[in-house]
Amino acid sequence: MNASTERKLWMYEKMIEIREYEETMVRVYMEGKLPPHIQKGLAFDIGSGPVPGEMHLAAGQEPVAVGVCAHLTDNDTVVGAHRSHHFAIAKGVPLKPMTAEMFGKETGLGKGKGGHMHLFDAAHKFSCSGIVGASMPPACGAALAAKKRGKDWVAVAFFGEGATNQGAFHESLNLAALWQLPVLFVCEDNKYAISVEKTESTSVEWNADRASAYGMPGVLVKENDAVAVYEAAGEAIARARRGGGPTLLEVKTDRYLGHFQGDPEVYRTKGETTTLRANDPIPRIAEQLRAAGELTDAVEQQIRQRVSARVAEAYEYGRASPYPKPEDALLHVFN
Amino acid sequence: MKTRKLTMAQAIAEAIGQEIERDDNVFVLGEDVGKYGGIFGATGGLLAKHGKDRIMDTPISETAFIGTAIGAAAEGMRPIAELMFVDFFGVCMDMIYNHMAKNTYMAGGNIQLPMVLMSAIGGGYNDAAQHSQCLYATFAHMPGMKVVVPSNAYDAKGLMTQAIRDNNPVVFLFHKGIMGLPWMSYFEGSTNEVPEESYAIPFGQAKCVREGSDVTIVTLSQMVQKSILAAEKLAAEGIAAEIIDLRTIVPLDRESVLKSVRKTGRLLVVDEDYLSFGLSGEIAALVGEHLDTVQLKAPIRRLAVPDVPIPFSRPLEQFVIPQVDTIAAAARQIVGARQIEGALA
Repeated sequence: MNASTERKLWMYEKMIEIREYEETMVRVYMEGKLPPHIQKGLAFDIGSGPVPGEMHLAAGQEPVAVGVCAHLTDNDTVVGAHRSHHFAIAKGVPLKPMTAEMFGKETGLGKGKGGHMHLFDAAHKFSCSGIVGASMPPACGAALAAKKRGKDWVAVAFFGEGATNQGAFHESLNLAALWQLPVLFVCEDNKYAISVEKTESTSVEWNADRASAYGMPGVLVKENDAVAVYEAAGEAIARARRGGGPTLLEVKTDRYLGHFQGDPEVYRTKGETTTLRANDPIPRIAEQLRAAGELTDAVEQQIRQRVSARVAEAYEYGRASPYPKPEDALLHVFN
Repeated sequence: MKTRKLTMAQAIAEAIGQEIERDDNVFVLGEDVGKYGGIFGATGGLLAKHGKDRIMDTPISETAFIGTAIGAAAEGMRPIAELMFVDFFGVCMDMIYNHMAKNTYMAGGNIQLPMVLMSAIGGGYNDAAQHSQCLYATFAHMPGMKVVVPSNAYDAKGLMTQAIRDNNPVVFLFHKGIMGLPWMSYFEGSTNEVPEESYAIPFGQAKCVREGSDVTIVTLSQMVQKSILAAEKLAAEGIAAEIIDLRTIVPLDRESVLKSVRKTGRLLVVDEDYLSFGLSGEIAALVGEHLDTVQLKAPIRRLAVPDVPIPFSRPLEQFVIPQVDTIAAAARQIVGARQIEGALA
């Protein structure tokens, strides 16, 4: 499935948005976490500052999110993992309530109850989970609901390569293939399950090969390239929409930052991220678009301006929004 | 209203069938729920009547199918997932307590998960430590799950109907020993008159199944049936026991417990779950926190499994699980106990 210029420009803009959003997060997250704000002797205080808690960012992994979500509508379901901003943005989750959630504010997606790892947007059928491997079973459920209702809606489960060694992966693939559910399993292989390399944890070189064990197509995209992901995902999603069942799509991608902010990254070789960044998919797609005459300076400028305005507005909103009342902690255990 | 006697298994299946007919969103999934009708009969006859789209046998993969129920519920369907034995929750607990129970809260109430997780509890038939637990207090301890534990067919039907219609995750636990299974001894009292038509019993309403003035027995599930037999023995000795069947423990009908203990001044909690950190402690604490308005005539007594896994051998199992005689003995002891020195007059 070839990407139209319009889809390519959409992916480009979304990748810029994700990157700029997360680069802003890198700065905001560090506010108040370093001396002199914190106790002497500590290097870093994770619970301080306007955005407390863990923070997992996806710089470098944007092609997976945009290449898949470029095919999705509001009727399709996406279930992400603990590193999910790129999926959420590509799925259309509005930046303002998403950001407010990370600030723990009343106006957040979950009224401050979930935070960055637990984003729930029913209107855009997006959710994610802080548990590795947990995206897959609920995605099967969304796909089952679509099938039962006779809709051509699909569900996508995103997960990292570390999750493929969880029982949930194998159980879900079996169930989805058995019931021919319209679900796309998307494995982002950034090589590291926190610090442990794939070669140290996974018995096969490519997870896509594991699909054959469940009688479903397995597709491997070795380039960290939005257009390549778009084409592979397009075929799989179209197949699912017409009742052809699930697909396992694995994309080799790169994580430029640590597993979480503050990760000392002792498992990386020196200069590794610099080398990875030399192959940044964002300037690469820009060059491709320019070479094909699909991106002009004027359009580029408009995209940059739009994105900067959206991101800035979201952060201002998150910061300025009020905190929930402390006693609101008691609400929403049940609906 | 036309009624007839049903076993608890038949009553549960009837409730599910009526809700399947009423609402296109309702379906069942689980292991052996189809042709087999559920290992404990909770889906008996439903496949033949409603077909494979509504009664779905799953692979043996609790994480996948309970997670599938969660995903379908988030889309507005009303799945009923059967976890065959509650003891198996260990293989899929992440989906239950990290997702089913918490997603609504973490979403700030912006999503609903209208699903039922039903499962079999209880021992008494020598199935040993991995197939005999109750564990309702474990689910009740963790926020986000309503926990329903019926003691008889009438309640089971009405509570299952309510569970399916509830917009929150409900854990519905049925004791194997009161389902009316042809391959297990059971208590006749659990098989009772059940209306043919659909009805719902609201959660959080305990039932006083026997009135009495001397001692309150707070209990649930199969222990209700055992307590009734114990109360009959006690009555012959001139001790009038009042029995409170909790029916649901999340939400818990605290007022009915307090009201009864205020009347009798004596409390015995009878529980087939483990003793420590569980339901019996919760009920005891409830009364303890209300001693300004409750006058106790004797110390509170708890009868539960004494913090050991359920053993296999018959005398061992019967020793650890409360029996009719041990319930009667405990009640007798409380009623005979001297009032605490210096206690409220």
